Amino acid sequence: MIEMIDVWKTYPNGVMALNGIDVYIEKGEFVYVVGPSGAGKSTFIKCMYREEKPTQGSIIINGTNLAKVKERQIPKVRRKIGVVFQDFKLLPRLTVYENVAFALEVIEESPKVIRERVMEVLDLVKLKNKARMFPDELSGGEQQRVSIARSIVNHPPVIIADEPTGNLDPETAWEIMDIFKEINARGTTVVMATHNKEIVNTITKRVIAIEGGRIVRDEAKGDYGYED
Amino acid sequence: MKIRTLKRHVVEAFKSMGRNGWMSFASISAVTVTLLLVSVFLAILLNINYIASQIEDDVQIRAYIERTEKPENYKDYQQDLEKLDKVKTVEYQSKEEGLDELIESLGDEGEAFSSLKNENPLRDAFIIYTDKPQDTAAVAKEVEKFKFVNKVEYGKGTVEKLFKVTDVARNVGIVLVLGLVFTAMFLISNTIKLTIVTRRREIEIMKLVGATNGFIRWPFFIEGFALGVSGAVLPIVVIAVGYQAIFDIANQKLGTVFIELLPVTPLIPQLSLLMLLIGGVIGVWGSLTSVRKFLKI
Repeated sequence: MIEMIDVWKTYPNGVMALNGIDVYIEKGEFVYVVGPSGAGKSTFIKCMYREEKPTQGSIIINGTNLAKVKERQIPKVRRKIGVVFQDFKLLPRLTVYENVAFALEVIEESPKVIRERVMEVLDLVKLKNKARMFPDELSGGEQQRVSIARSIVNHPPVIIADEPTGNLDPETAWEIMDIFKEINARGTTVVMATHNKEIVNTITKRVIAIEGGRIVRDEAKGDYGYED
Repeated sequence: MKIRTLKRHVVEAFKSMGRNGWMSFASISAVTVTLLLVSVFLAILLNINYIASQIEDDVQIRAYIERTEKPENYKDYQQDLEKLDKVKTVEYQSKEEGLDELIESLGDEGEAFSSLKNENPLRDAFIIYTDKPQDTAAVAKEVEKFKFVNKVEYGKGTVEKLFKVTDVARNVGIVLVLGLVFTAMFLISNTIKLTIVTRRREIEIMKLVGATNGFIRWPFFIEGFALGVSGAVLPIVVIAVGYQAIFDIANQKLGTVFIELLPVTPLIPQLSLLMLLIGGVIGVWGSLTSVRKFLKI
């Protein structure tokens, strides 16, 4: 499903973010990526949806090697990977409905299918009644739910989340985790970078810890392992 | 691209114009102001040119024939003149016709000259038109050499001055209009760029969600075009109404000196098309160049 083979990333300013990462993630797995700030977590995640290109090594997702994919093919790759960001990244001038529909418009889906699927996922994240509102009229948790709805609306096999609860209060964070659990239960692979110790230790899943650009720990039913 | 996607882009473009109301208003205003200036100056320039050619075309050489010459030789003389270089036409005007023309041109005051009909002080004359008005002086010199010619009249001095004035007017006009068009392009594309720069983040997000560059570009393309064309509407209305009014007044006043302005059609339809074209092209150009910058992610 997701395979990284000897992945290195050095930024143009000389920062060595990833120093030889090898990892294999099975289809349908739920994986936490933990580690201190600046350890390479973010770069690891960004390489998975090809916002960053590795300096060396292969990243194979859904059978495509992201390290070799051509500039023009990047949009196609990203359509098979749902991404959820810490800062939601919603289009401010589009309504909730339009934000979610955008992911289907880019693949030129028919308006009928778009309507059905958007309402379906908005139902899943319990925002059906706020479909006509704009992002700035929603709470943080609601905005994150829109972002999740957008990431899953075209049924990608993989969801990648970069600290999805980072900007949310604890109670809302749990609501968001319930949605991720639900998505994972339906067979979608979830990779989530997080700083939330409580969540990692309560909803126990595979934990990959990254420090200094290397994987220092990889446990099937792991815990957070840091004291913050 | 599927038809429904094109439809989506059009809907999206207009939705975006509506939701970015103030920015759209700013862009349209910038286009309106500059195109208004361009169209007014263009109308003035074209009319200066038109009037100048009318005046120039009116320039003629009058060659008065010696009283001693016999009318039966006039045909030969006329042919001699027609053979000259750069001469377009030669007309014969008898002294009686000359007097009639003079009386008519003076209007009421001309009546006083009617008594002269019996002792006409004028001479028979040839009226010569040259190929190009600018050749007048040179041709006049040649005509003067003929023995049968008593005197040549072509408004010496005045003609040269006239040509200088019309040339300067044309050149100044062209420079002004070109300058204005460039200023317009700069101003409009900058305003449109501003509206897009504020959407830089949106473009980034679209790319992260898997939109291709083309998919992102289309609505901007349509929006730029729509903004540019909308900006051309008011200038067209103003110039159409304004020019019609000026045309009506001017033709009443200028009628007596045999000068007229360019007719409303085709000038206004042509100007309108040109304004729409400039607006549309600049709008598209401005939006596409600015989007391009943000697409590399």
